[in-house]
Amino acid sequence: MNAPQDLPPDAHLETASLKAGTTDRATRQAQAVAALGALLPAHALLYRREDTVPYECDGLTAYRETPLLVALPETEAQVAAVLKACHAMDLPVVARGAGTGLSGGAMPHALGVTLSLAKFNKIVKVDAKARTATVQCGVRNLAISEAVSSLGLYYAPDPSSQIACTIGGNVAENSGGVHCLKYGLTLHNVLKVRGFTIEGEAVEFGGDALDAPGLDLLTVVVGSEGMLAVISEVTVKLTPKPQLARCIMASFDDIRKAGDAVAAIIAAGIIPAGLEMMDKPMTAAVEDFVHAGYDLTAAAILLCESDGTPEEVAEEIDRMLDVLTGCGATRVEVSKDEAQRMRFWSGRKNAFPASGRISPDYMCMDSTIPRKRLADILLAIAEMEKKYDLRCCNVFHAGDGNLHPLILFDANDPDQLHRCEQFGADILETSVALGGTVTGEHGVGIEKLSSMCVQFSPGEREQMLAVKRAFDGRGLLNPGKVIPTLHRCAEYGKMHVKKGLLPFPELERF
Amino acid sequence: MATGINAPAAADPALDALVERVRAARALKAALDIRGGGTKAFYGEAPQGEPLDLRPLAGISSYEPSELVVTARAGTPLAELEAALADKGQCLAFEPPRFSQAGTVGGMVAAGLSGPSRATAGAVRDHVLGATLLSGRAEVLSFGGQVMKNVAGYDVSRLLAGSLGTLGVILEVSLKVLPVAPATATLRFELDEAKALDQLNAWGGQPLPLSASAWWSGILVLRLSGAAAAVQSAVARLGGEVVEPPMAAGFWTGLRDQTDEFFVGAAKAVEAGATLWRLAVPQTAPPIKTPGEHLVEWGGAQRWVVTTAPAATLREAAARVGGHATAFRGGKSAGVFAPLSPPLMRIHRDLRAAFDPDGVFNRGRLYPGM
Repeated sequence: MNAPQDLPPDAHLETASLKAGTTDRATRQAQAVAALGALLPAHALLYRREDTVPYECDGLTAYRETPLLVALPETEAQVAAVLKACHAMDLPVVARGAGTGLSGGAMPHALGVTLSLAKFNKIVKVDAKARTATVQCGVRNLAISEAVSSLGLYYAPDPSSQIACTIGGNVAENSGGVHCLKYGLTLHNVLKVRGFTIEGEAVEFGGDALDAPGLDLLTVVVGSEGMLAVISEVTVKLTPKPQLARCIMASFDDIRKAGDAVAAIIAAGIIPAGLEMMDKPMTAAVEDFVHAGYDLTAAAILLCESDGTPEEVAEEIDRMLDVLTGCGATRVEVSKDEAQRMRFWSGRKNAFPASGRISPDYMCMDSTIPRKRLADILLAIAEMEKKYDLRCCNVFHAGDGNLHPLILFDANDPDQLHRCEQFGADILETSVALGGTVTGEHGVGIEKLSSMCVQFSPGEREQMLAVKRAFDGRGLLNPGKVIPTLHRCAEYGKMHVKKGLLPFPELERF
Repeated sequence: MATGINAPAAADPALDALVERVRAARALKAALDIRGGGTKAFYGEAPQGEPLDLRPLAGISSYEPSELVVTARAGTPLAELEAALADKGQCLAFEPPRFSQAGTVGGMVAAGLSGPSRATAGAVRDHVLGATLLSGRAEVLSFGGQVMKNVAGYDVSRLLAGSLGTLGVILEVSLKVLPVAPATATLRFELDEAKALDQLNAWGGQPLPLSASAWWSGILVLRLSGAAAAVQSAVARLGGEVVEPPMAAGFWTGLRDQTDEFFVGAAKAVEAGATLWRLAVPQTAPPIKTPGEHLVEWGGAQRWVVTTAPAATLREAAARVGGHATAFRGGKSAGVFAPLSPPLMRIHRDLRAAFDPDGVFNRGRLYPGM
């Protein structure tokens, strides 16, 4: 599981103020059920406790909330009608895809409607000639690539959760994956997003051409974590499948050398299809899990992939090998066939479950730093392991500086949980101090609200809140997420003064 | 965050002067016309207000080739930035047009125009990683950063690409840069427009190192860029006539900067009362049958039309195939940009108000009255 980092006071304050209002929760629920019941078939509305339990959290399981009700519309007309009704009743709306998000972006609102888009799971149109696919938001990421595979095409962004996560969720999070250094993020692979405003008006961002008139609203809608509009349909670009991919596995006896090798590859003018790093503890954990034959003596392992035509790959692999050996790789191995390439990747792709096997719980971080600071952050994390007396395995999208340190702990021990939260916050703050960002691809959700206080000034946060108001004047779409309020940051600042020693340790903090 | 301007730095007279101008204009409810080199003053609706010259705010703030990131102040000449990148074997992969040597980095981002490689390399916005903005409240705000992956908050920095200054003054911008392709080759084919479009779309579905294309007057020109081996094998496979490298380089530069024969002719026609239209359409759209001279770029996704036909003809032709038409140069009486749907127009107005509540900057430059 993922651990909580701290309490989202905004969400709770809001709940409290509504609770103190004229209507209590039961009345509010009855009103909502009556209103939406007139718009949806009975089976598309869940409100009994036992029915709503599965919706209490997303992939960030430590944060849970019970929604007033869960609506499962089946048509766009129903989505529009539900939104209109919610807008009229001032009901918060939390859109939800597969619920695989790692930052609590789909955690329900206690006095709101969870809008599950699970039934929007059809591929609407594949245009082989134009290399595009138009799919409903609930289509799984991998299902797109599977559906167009026979055409020699695929959808490039490949988040680790691609078997389960949906394209609507990918758009909400601007998901990446291991190949985004070369092929881009979700934003770079989406042409058009169709959806609805909170008022229930149909709206299209982007278009079938490469650009749309006016402001490029797709840039803010992609990655907006359900705060600006509800997405129902997405047109994605498809990429011709490369004829060949080969992967180099390189060992280093020193973290700094491995970090330098990453920078040297890029400096040599090479853009690898994938460039990933695992440290020694991570390698040991995954080897025990997948038996891929990783070098257990290495301080760090790099996976460096080339794809393209056979001639292109041969040329690039040679250049990569030159750089890696020049940077002091102690062992290099090039995949000979597809089976071996998949074996090289198997450990990297299983880093999370492998960590789950060696520890009761782990907390996955997701910051990004400039590539050249890889060794610095690794050494800083090693110091933090001592400071917080917890182990940490490190796996990185090294090519784009996106770190996934996995802090190992036991959530049943409140002190470990507490130290883990502080460890995590320390990593995020160090990443910002090194010129990076608190989240590279998992999103802010509720998990990283406090860290946003560190990364952005009050004016910048207020500007982002103003962007939200331009789309959603009443703040009904996924309220309390992504952008922290001034109040919350002030509270966080107070706690922050005594770094490592929270005031009032007896108080509950999630 | 992470761009230099926002750091509690030493005195910065150029920045202070800008902030002061904006404060004063705001107090007077006056309009400011943000300007760099003025090379794209022709683009968009007519500028209004007193010029706000960004050229004093110039210079490359940081450039780390191994990070693939450059950060530059808005008034930095684009030529200076490109020379610094070329020195390290890198480039702006989206090939922004340079209408003269005077163009600036800020103007490039604000206009959001991309060149011949757009269909394969992405647009300006795809390469923006972060920006520092002077808002209509005279606040200096930074969004995004200098890293490739960043989902902290709304991606405001990319929204600035193509915003034509309507959301504020771009002060500094961080851009993703890429290595110059090791090899490139240009091929020439004699094909009519419909066949050229079919061929471009067929090639687009194959793993070929395509990097640009142009069709005009019965000739299709194709550029391949990438690893030497990949370019060589594609040349062998595709056939056509290989264009000599110096002539090819000249052609692509002319196309990029709109100085080649088609655009020279277009400029003359515009002087005589015609309009140069830019149609953004799905790349599979059939030939657009409007009167006038046509040039196709971006694998079919961008069509230039020089014509005296009424705006409605162009707008309808583009809309019919799922695209939109921009009055790029010439007659603008029917509006430069295609009209928006009512909910999108409302969002545009509200967003503009969110960044610039008093409408200080570039009034009406994107849409009249906004």
